[in-house]
Amino acid sequence: MFTTRASPHRTVFLVIVLLILSALFILPFLWMLSTSLKTNAQTMQSPPVVLVPPQWQNYPAVLSSEKVNFRLFARNTLILAALTVAGTVLSSAICAYGFAKIKFRGRNALFLLMLATMMVPFPVTMVSMFSLFRWLGDTTGIEFIGTFKPLWVPAWFGNAFFIFLLRQFFMTVPDELSEAAKIDGCSELGIFFRVMLPLSRPALVVVALFTFMGVWNDFLGPLLYLQRPEQYTLALGLQSFQSQHGGAEWNLMMAASLMTIAPVIVLFFMAQRTFIQGIATTGMKG
Amino acid sequence: MTSGETKNFVKGIAFISPWLIGFLAFLAVPFAMSIYYSFCDYSLLQPPVFRGLANYRELFGDSVFWLTLRNTFGFAAAALPLGIIAALALAILLNSPVPAPGVWRTIIFLPSLVPAVANAMLWLWIYNQQNGLLNILLSGIGISGPNWLNANWAMTAIIFMGIWGVGHTVVIYLAGLQDVPRDLYEAAEIDGAGWWRRLFNVTLPMISPVIFFNLITALIGTFQVFALPYIMTGGGPDRATYFFTMYLYDNAFTFLKMGTASAMAMIQLLIILALTGIAMYTSKRWVHYQGK
Repeated sequence: MFTTRASPHRTVFLVIVLLILSALFILPFLWMLSTSLKTNAQTMQSPPVVLVPPQWQNYPAVLSSEKVNFRLFARNTLILAALTVAGTVLSSAICAYGFAKIKFRGRNALFLLMLATMMVPFPVTMVSMFSLFRWLGDTTGIEFIGTFKPLWVPAWFGNAFFIFLLRQFFMTVPDELSEAAKIDGCSELGIFFRVMLPLSRPALVVVALFTFMGVWNDFLGPLLYLQRPEQYTLALGLQSFQSQHGGAEWNLMMAASLMTIAPVIVLFFMAQRTFIQGIATTGMKG
Repeated sequence: MTSGETKNFVKGIAFISPWLIGFLAFLAVPFAMSIYYSFCDYSLLQPPVFRGLANYRELFGDSVFWLTLRNTFGFAAAALPLGIIAALALAILLNSPVPAPGVWRTIIFLPSLVPAVANAMLWLWIYNQQNGLLNILLSGIGISGPNWLNANWAMTAIIFMGIWGVGHTVVIYLAGLQDVPRDLYEAAEIDGAGWWRRLFNVTLPMISPVIFFNLITALIGTFQVFALPYIMTGGGPDRATYFFTMYLYDNAFTFLKMGTASAMAMIQLLIILALTGIAMYTSKRWVHYQGK
């Protein structure tokens, strides 16, 4: 630890500490997995049984459960995620380009205003947004409350944090590139789509990934706006599963939980580098 | 403005127009409405009726309001330092020269990927009195554990489960640690500085901007804690884990007292701004920015 030399004793000690800590961090996952493969009776057994013939049918049982339709929840979540991710990436990138590459009067003031909006906690606008969407439904005849719209429509209007992130990235792209394109007769929008976006793929992937995670995790948003079980996202569905099975059937609950965790873990291993670099850069901007 | 400036202005505004429109429609207008509602009697079903400071006065005389405020502050006072210390300790450990660093880092990081609802389910089961993992482990050393989600323990239980998901912050601190120039440690070592001296006189000052940034974001997040207690305890038992945002939510969508909820939202905003202000003000004393 902050030393330039590593003695063998110290390394052995560190590895032992890391082994213990890693075991503690992994244990909840193993516990979840083992519970999900037991019969309901086995989960209640004392002393607990560890090695039992795995009840793989718990997983299809959750998927085909009549009370909670997990397949539908997964589909809802993916639709919502697709709409939100597409909207956030596209609109945030356009705005970020404006803040990074076009010099116009009032730009800095607006940029500061945008940074300030990140401080406003969600509950501050929660109530009035709800009544706003209700009013919008009443006046336009297009229903918002009880649909996915309040959850994904705002995503198409840029996200302050991601605009900030992309702007920082766009600033590192040399102006010579866009100047050259301009001389070749490329319009500003053309430069954005043909020069800036292809060059910014790593940053755009970070935004897409984090937005996806946000949708996958979001509980309060769907809780506010979705009313019928057939619209539920996985987060909301899992919670309703718990409240319906009320503390019993932990095997099925753990199977269901694992199924909502697994895609995120798979995604992480597919894009490990992007994840870690994304978190490191987003967390360091001070 | 010259014609070139005007052209650029129009172009610039056009590019940032999604955010500008979104800012007006989804932040500025709702914000103004929230301020107005906070002075109104508003049930969502009938139009709001102005009643001055009555919502605020009622809140200040409401024992549940103070209870949720106490719970939230108590939670923050424990969870914030605990989270920072745990994350820093893990980051320092993971930054040491050990074999297979990537493996350890991945293991510590993975739990922070678990979605909040699944996290709540898992810990409900771990904290289960009869068959939960924690009490099984405790019984191994002869302790018969309580129901961890009873009125005495629920708050502590919710605070401590947060450590499991600290990996996200660890990654941020790790990145900060890796930016500390090695020659500083070498110089300190030559001067005879021991492990703790190096920690307090080199490492912590050097990564204090990262800690500070993290403190602010954690502060804002902690005051909005909702999903975990809502799912795990519903605020109970005996309102032991009833937090500010949960009471705000209940006021708005359970009791349909949108005015009261809006007043709470304003108070929450003021608290967060005040705390951030304090953090920024005191930061001059403990955050060291390198001259750039």
